[in-house]
This record gives sequence, structure tokens and C-alpha cells, in this order.
Amino acid sequence: MKKLVSLLTVSAMVISLCACGSTKPEKPAETTEATETEAEETVKEADASAETTEAAEGVMPAIAKEDIKVGVIHITDPAEGSGYTYTHDLGIQGMQKNLGLDDSQIVRKNNVNDSDATAIENAMRECVEEGCNIIFATSWGFMDTCEALAEEFPDVIFSHGTGYKSNGKNFNNYFGRIYQARYLAGIAAGLKTESNKLGYVAAMGQENSEVTGGINAFAMGAYSVNPDCEVYVKVTNSWFDPEGETQAAQALVDLGCDVIAQHCDTPNPQTVAEQNGVWGVGYNSDMSKDAPGAVLTSVMWDWSVYYTQAVQSVIDGTWSGENYFGGMVDGLVDIAPLSDLCADGTQEAVDAARKQIIEEGFNVFDGVIETNDGSTVGAEGSTLSDADITGSMNWYFKNVVVK
Amino acid sequence: MSNSTGNVQSEPFVRVVKRAELPAGKTTLLRLLAVLLSLIAGGVFIACVGQNPFVIYGTILSGAFRSVMAFQGTVKVMIPLLISSLGVTLAFKMKFWNIGAEGQIIFGATCATFFALFCSEMNHVLLIIVMFLAGFIGGGLWGLIPAVFKVKYNTNETLFTLMLNYIALHIVSYLRDGPWMDPESQGFPKIARFEKNASLDKLFGIQFGWLIALILVVLVLIYLKFCKQGYEISVVGESQDTARYAGMNVKRIILRTMFLSGGICGMAGMIQATGSDITLTTSVAGGVGFTAIIIAWLAQLNPISILVVSFLFSVLEKGSSVVQSNFGLSTDCADVLQGIILFFILGCEFFVRYRFVFSNKNSSLKSDKKEMEG
Repeated sequence: MKKLVSLLTVSAMVISLCACGSTKPEKPAETTEATETEAEETVKEADASAETTEAAEGVMPAIAKEDIKVGVIHITDPAEGSGYTYTHDLGIQGMQKNLGLDDSQIVRKNNVNDSDATAIENAMRECVEEGCNIIFATSWGFMDTCEALAEEFPDVIFSHGTGYKSNGKNFNNYFGRIYQARYLAGIAAGLKTESNKLGYVAAMGQENSEVTGGINAFAMGAYSVNPDCEVYVKVTNSWFDPEGETQAAQALVDLGCDVIAQHCDTPNPQTVAEQNGVWGVGYNSDMSKDAPGAVLTSVMWDWSVYYTQAVQSVIDGTWSGENYFGGMVDGLVDIAPLSDLCADGTQEAVDAARKQIIEEGFNVFDGVIETNDGSTVGAEGSTLSDADITGSMNWYFKNVVVK
Repeated sequence: MSNSTGNVQSEPFVRVVKRAELPAGKTTLLRLLAVLLSLIAGGVFIACVGQNPFVIYGTILSGAFRSVMAFQGTVKVMIPLLISSLGVTLAFKMKFWNIGAEGQIIFGATCATFFALFCSEMNHVLLIIVMFLAGFIGGGLWGLIPAVFKVKYNTNETLFTLMLNYIALHIVSYLRDGPWMDPESQGFPKIARFEKNASLDKLFGIQFGWLIALILVVLVLIYLKFCKQGYEISVVGESQDTARYAGMNVKRIILRTMFLSGGICGMAGMIQATGSDITLTTSVAGGVGFTAIIIAWLAQLNPISILVVSFLFSVLEKGSSVVQSNFGLSTDCADVLQGIILFFILGCEFFVRYRFVFSNKNSSLKSDKKEMEG
């Protein structure tokens, strides 16, 4: 025992000595920032050259169509049939059909836990091993592994969904202006509500720009047709939490919300809405198949738009390595056809707003916007930059209430 | 059950009788037979889900061995399994039911992560040594807690070690969501990827944890077989009274062994976090601590067998991941296969130790008696 105690004290001393050594957490942050801005600049350059010379110069060599192999890293199983992974896989299938690829040219890695770095790395290495030239990683948590492997395998393209890192060459980032579709969904919800309380099950809290921007667009859409309504937000702190999403939706219904919108992976909030005889707005795929008695419409992605374009550019040798941020005008995002449950006049209001977005350049976050803490964001006659929308949307629109 | 009364009338139709020890060759044969049977049963299962068992087994093997990269992946899966199996073995030899390897892995990894995150500027070699010590001591302390309570208050170590797993896991969640959250992650709860300086170096393309694991196999073997302390562990495991009678300090042996057991598991956690994950996540143990228990028992607590068994387990795990993408067969099927194999091998241990006697066959009773006498 004595020996043990002395061993412990000695090692404790050694450790405390080392701990006092040096701690500089700021430095690495700076370097990453620097590389990021560099990456952004190269992207801009690539952009500029694309505009001037028409035919964009690719940064990766062209690969014949029959030699293309596409890897996909899914966080769950496409067989879940409704949410995030299902929608991404529909996009992959659409791309496969559009380009006429063979089944053997797609390698899917399902149920890759996005908090298990070793599992992610093994899945991606297996894709590389099987000869994939481009790997789509669909979940946020895959980002750091993409970054590391892109460095190790410079000939393989890593395309990562929803994150913020990229290297301007074989590691890019893709996402879309889903807030545009959420604005339209907000219109449908705002016209339908009777209690003037809209519920919103959110995966992440205020500091997450993607989720917060979606809430704001939804709230602004609702506000545009019904200035009296409020949006009640409940945060689950997980992208995929079937039980938590159910509980959050039920809590919102109990608070008097009669339309339940969501930014999370399962259709559970819609089923809860249906069970309680209220309405809802789905996300990812058309959730009227899950809760036909409740769903007004759903905010939807059509990922095949991006996947087709990306793989085509690899075949053509025009892969530029730049980040992708598509919108309604590209067909990447939209809402599902309105159901019969919608209030009269919804179709007209939605069509008018869609026309504004697609044809008149309306970008939702235009002009001066009032936040729910009494301050304002933006300036008259301008719109928020994409960097603000994706990176620093950390405020809520004035009719948003966090519960 | 082995107490046969000789009263033929009240005997049930089938009795289970303890065998005299079988010769080693026969035992090995029985075990090989069990493995073969489990593969057949697994094959039937694969056929039931509509796949060709030979193709699937072939893919598992090729998925684990088809290239250097695949083999590296297999070894990477094996490292934490092997090390933590060695860790729990020490405790199990003493019949101390340490099912808290999971927690010890996590806590060891957490302590090492502190230095990876906040002392990443330190000299590389020194930093790695410090992280090893931190992992070892962290895991060791996590193993020491239930041992202290055991020797002081005779608490149930099975429950105690199990519950500590959850505490360790939630400490990581807390650190991830709060103090250690990556400031650049825009609210996504994760801990930053470690600097290169704070991650383990590679040896032959794999993090050098594999070398540590192999060294540990030899060390644990020597410790258990040729050291006085190892002998003390087995004596305490067989009978604490005997140990006390022989003048051993049982409490001290329990504390020391649990510190070592937890410490080795903590090192597994440190190696996983700094060598494979290059960050700390809630899946740093990911069930390894429980699989380690299975491996340790399947290998009869023998370090060399543990090396073999943990390698086979990693082949199965790595290969199944390839099966999933090639045949669309869920990785859960691999868990079913693992379960089937375990069922047969553990079942076989029953037949190694016991045998059935049918009461209406007097001949078998006689032979039974002969065996008991002999």
C-alpha cells in the first residue's frame, strides 16, 4: 500500500509539473481560421474563373463514367423510410439514375455512428479501398475525419454535408438554402393556426446557425401572413432522438400549439400532432405518409440535384472543389404539395412567395429584421450574407419564444 | 446436482453429472467442434436472411485481410479489445467481478484527453508519456473506488463497477457539452480533434498501440505466471481464507490488483482516444469493455489465448462492416453471429465439465461411478 501511495503522489507531482508547462488553446484556432479563409479565397478565385471562362477549370483529373465509384456514409439506415438518411439516399438513387451508374458503382456505409471517430474512419477507408473516387459524408459529425483523410488521400474527393470545413480541392462542403422552403412552410402554418401558437421541435439550440436560421425563416413566413402568431421552440440537443422528439412535440402541444414544425430526423413530432388532433409541418421527406391526418406540408430536400451535379463534374473533369450552397432556384429545396388540411388561400400565398424567391431574388433575410431581444439585424436595402446565414445566425426573430 | 443419491426411483429421467477432468486434447477437440457447430448454425442464420453463407464468410475474411489497409483496420479494432481483456483478466483471476472496464476505459481516456487538449504544446515524447500515465492512473483510480468499498464495507463489486460505467460516460457528455466543447463547432456538441503533436505515432501504418498491446500480453503473462504477486492473485481468487492463513494481506492484494486492472483498461482508453479516434467521444469505449469480459472468459484468462480470441473477434467485426456495404446486410447481423458463436462455445464449456446421465440406463450409471472413482 505504501508503495502504491508513493507511486501515486510521485506521478501526481509529475503531472502537475507538466500541466503548469504551457497551455495555448488560442493558437490552433487561429491556424484553422487562416486555412479556412485561404480555402474561401481559392473558392472565390475558382468562382471568378468559372464566370469569366465559361468552361470551369477542374482541380481534379476527369474520370471516365464507368470508372466512377461513389461512396456514401450514412448516419442511420436508408430503410428508416422518412427522415434525413432516407432523403439523402433518395438523392443518391436519383443521381445514379440521372447518370446511368451501375449498382456496383455505389458503396453505402450505413449506421455509421457520427460520434465514433474510429467507426467513421474505418467506413471511409473501406470506401477508398473499394476504389471510390468521391465519398459523400452526409452527417455533421463526419467532418473532422473527412478533413484528415482528404489530406491522406489527395486523389479521392471528400464531399461533406452540413459542416463548415473544406480545403478548396478534394474536400468540399455542401448544403442548401433550406430556410427558403421553411419560409413557405411558415406561411402554411401561420394561415392554419387558430391558437396563434406554432410549435417547433429543434435539434440544436440558438448557437447553431442552421437550426436557428430555419426557425427564423419559418417564423418570418408565419409572421408575413399572421402577425399575431408566436413560434414556441423546444430543443432536443440531438439530430436523431426518437424519444426526445416525441416528448418535445407533446410538450409543445400541451402549451397550446396547434401546428408542430420540426428540424429533427424522425417523423415522431408529426405522429404526436396527429394523435393530439393538431397539425404539423414535416421535414426531409413528405411526411404526409407518416401522419396523413396532420401534415399540412413538409420542408423537403432534393439532394439528387447536388449529387448529380457533383458526380457529373468529376466525370467531366470540372470538379472545382468549391463549396455548394444551392437553393429553391436550383430545385434543391422546396415544400411538398400542400395537403387538403391547409387553410383556404394557402396555395395562392405560397405560390406568391415562391415566385418572389425564385424570380424576384427575395432572400427571406432581407432588410432590417427585429429580433426577440429587442435589437435589430441587417440593414435597409441589403440582405444577410451567406456567411452570416450559415455561420452567425445566433439570434431569434421577434415572434420566437424558447420554451 | 452432482450429488447422486443412488435412489433410482426418485431420479429424474436425465441427470447432469460433473465429469472428472478431461484430457487436454479432448477438451481442445470439443472446443473446436463447438466453433465448427457455431459456424454451421451461423450459416443457417445467414441462409435464412437470404444470403449464401459461404460467400458471406468469405467476405468477412477478405474484408478483414484483403489489403494492407484492411488488415490495418482489423488491428485497429483489436487494440482496445486486447488491452482491456488483459485488464479484466487480472481482476477475474482474483474472482473480483470487474465489469466496469467500460468506465475505466472512458475515465482513462478522459484523463489523457485533458493533456491532449490543454498541454498540446509540450514536447511530443514527454506528452505521450504523460498521457500514458494519465490514462493508466485515471483508469486505475476508477477501478480502485469499488475495490476500496469492497474491502472496507464489503459492497457488491459487480453492481458497483457497472454503475461507475455510467458515471464515467456522463462525465464525458458533460465535458463535451460544456467545458471541453470545441469552440469552433457552432454549437454542435463535440470535443476538438487533437493536435498532431498529441496523437500517437504510427508504426507500420497503424498507431503504435498495437506494440503496447503485444508488450502487455507478455507482461501480464509473466506477472500472472511467474511473479509472487500474480500467485497471490490466484490464491485470493481460489480462497480468501487460505490466502489469509498463508499470511497474505488480502485487502492490499485486492486494492493493488484492481488498480492494475483498471489501469490497463484506462490505457486502452488512452490509446483509443489518442491513437484511433484522435478526439474524445462518448463512444470511446463503445462496448469494448463488455466484449473484453467475453474475450477474457473465452480465452480462459490466458493472455496468449486472449491475443488469439481478440484477433478473431476483430476479424469478425471488421469483416462484417464490409459485408454490410457489399450485401446490404445490416451490421446487426454480425452481432447475431457473435451471439451464436458465444452460445456454442460457452455451451461447450458445460459439456467439458458436465455430462448427461439417463436414469433408465444402468450401464451409464456404472460407468459414471467408475469415472468418479478414477
